[in-house]
Amino acid sequence: MIVGMLLPAYAWLMLAVFLPLLTMLGFSFLKVAPFGNHPMVFTLEHYLAFVRRPYLVDVAWASLSLGFWTTGLCAAIGLPAALALARATRGRVKQVLFLLIILPFWTNGLVRVFSWTMVLRDGGILDLVIHFFTPHAPPQGLLYSYPAIIIGLVHAYLPYMILTCYLALASIDGALLEAAESLGARSLVIFWKIILPLSLPGLVSGSILIFVPVIGSFMEPRILGGRVGVTMGTMIEDQFTQAFNWPLGAALSFTMLAVVLVIFGVFSGALRNRLATS
Amino acid sequence: MIPLGRIYLLVVVAFLYLPIAVMVAMAFNASELYTLPLEVSFHWFEELAGNERLLAAGRNSVMVALVTSILATSIGTCAGLVLSRRKFRGRSLLQALLLPPIAVPWIITGTAMLVFFFWSGIGRGLHSMIIGHVALAIPYVILVVGTGLQTLNEELEQAAMSLGSKPAHAFLTVTLPLLAPSIVAAALFAFAVSFDQFVVSYFLATPGVTTLPVEIYASIRKGFTPEINAISTILLGVSMILILLFARLSHMGDVSDRR
Repeated sequence: MIVGMLLPAYAWLMLAVFLPLLTMLGFSFLKVAPFGNHPMVFTLEHYLAFVRRPYLVDVAWASLSLGFWTTGLCAAIGLPAALALARATRGRVKQVLFLLIILPFWTNGLVRVFSWTMVLRDGGILDLVIHFFTPHAPPQGLLYSYPAIIIGLVHAYLPYMILTCYLALASIDGALLEAAESLGARSLVIFWKIILPLSLPGLVSGSILIFVPVIGSFMEPRILGGRVGVTMGTMIEDQFTQAFNWPLGAALSFTMLAVVLVIFGVFSGALRNRLATS
Repeated sequence: MIPLGRIYLLVVVAFLYLPIAVMVAMAFNASELYTLPLEVSFHWFEELAGNERLLAAGRNSVMVALVTSILATSIGTCAGLVLSRRKFRGRSLLQALLLPPIAVPWIITGTAMLVFFFWSGIGRGLHSMIIGHVALAIPYVILVVGTGLQTLNEELEQAAMSLGSKPAHAFLTVTLPLLAPSIVAAALFAFAVSFDQFVVSYFLATPGVTTLPVEIYASIRKGFTPEINAISTILLGVSMILILLFARLSHMGDVSDRR
């Protein structure tokens, strides 16, 4: 009975997620995709692409810095927002604000990215607003630039960070803060010594939830970055939709996955050490 | 301190809604450009009604999301019941296996599905999108149903059984009705996962057979038309309604007062 109820779900996941990932891992070691009459020839050359094609290193670095900027900005904006939500609101107001913050994050990401083009384009809303204050300002032309991609990504992923930080902060005992206050701690000290360490789990899980998809993002760089927006995500997309070099695309995907895992291995290890010593 | 926090929250909310509001406003604006004052018009929605490509994509989206929702909810609810009620060897492994579909970046899952479906002969198209979407939705259904079960009082079912009800009967007449809101919430969630899914659909679409997000992406890259604003506004409205219903059914707002 247990097996019968579990089998459909796990058989489905096997067919649609795990077998595909394994197949793609296999493909990444093939010289060419085994379609038509191509024989299966195994090679590591696609994993050496980073050595052979130095521009790929630049692309990877662009993706990583996109990840760091987005995650960092989300943390800088999101943690205070979560703090304000946890401490400065209550009851109905809190519920409404909570819902307002997480609502956009369940709507179509593509549509939200697209909506930024109308704000950032030449003569867009941002330009209109700037013109209103300084009539002779030149158009900002933010669309199709690196900052535009970051704005779109921060907008897309900020709710994750607010949510995870909020869940961490909501479990802090208010008495702890009152105790610190009554013992004369200033609010900056309280933030640094109590709130920040206790919200670390939220910051870490929020960072993981943001960093991983940002590294692989491709529609945000395409729509908001235009020609500037070349990332690992768009490189992978190209291999599957334009160049039809599936083995290279597969190798790039798994390299990206490995890099992400290593970074987070190091990052979460360092954070755990910090937590243990403080 | 308190008003400062609230002002900051309002600024954050404004940032989150600013581009969306601009887009919706433009969808209802008569002019193609940013001529102000806004002149309200349904012109772009009328254009939309004549755009057969977008309409066909819309029908596909709804169909795929409906089938995904039904399949994922029935399959996921069964698994969720067992995973949260029974203790058995390998349970934590099975729970851990729910993570990759959620955590692996969609571009990797999507391209992997493309490679495997193409290579194995399953092919691309709506059927393979459904296979993919159901897999993405199952972990969420299991989580939502599992959370719903945890808040239920298991003693109610035991009470029914101690009063002579058979386990299956007790489950069907006591637990299942109490669980119904969670199951409906899971179904809505699964619908939303599929309806808003872009990346996986994008890699599994064929030139003639697409869903709404894929079609919108193609239009954006081809060049801007205000019709995209109109269809995006509709898409946004549908997902917001779905998620508000979900929030109501699953008592998501209550999370905010948990201490």
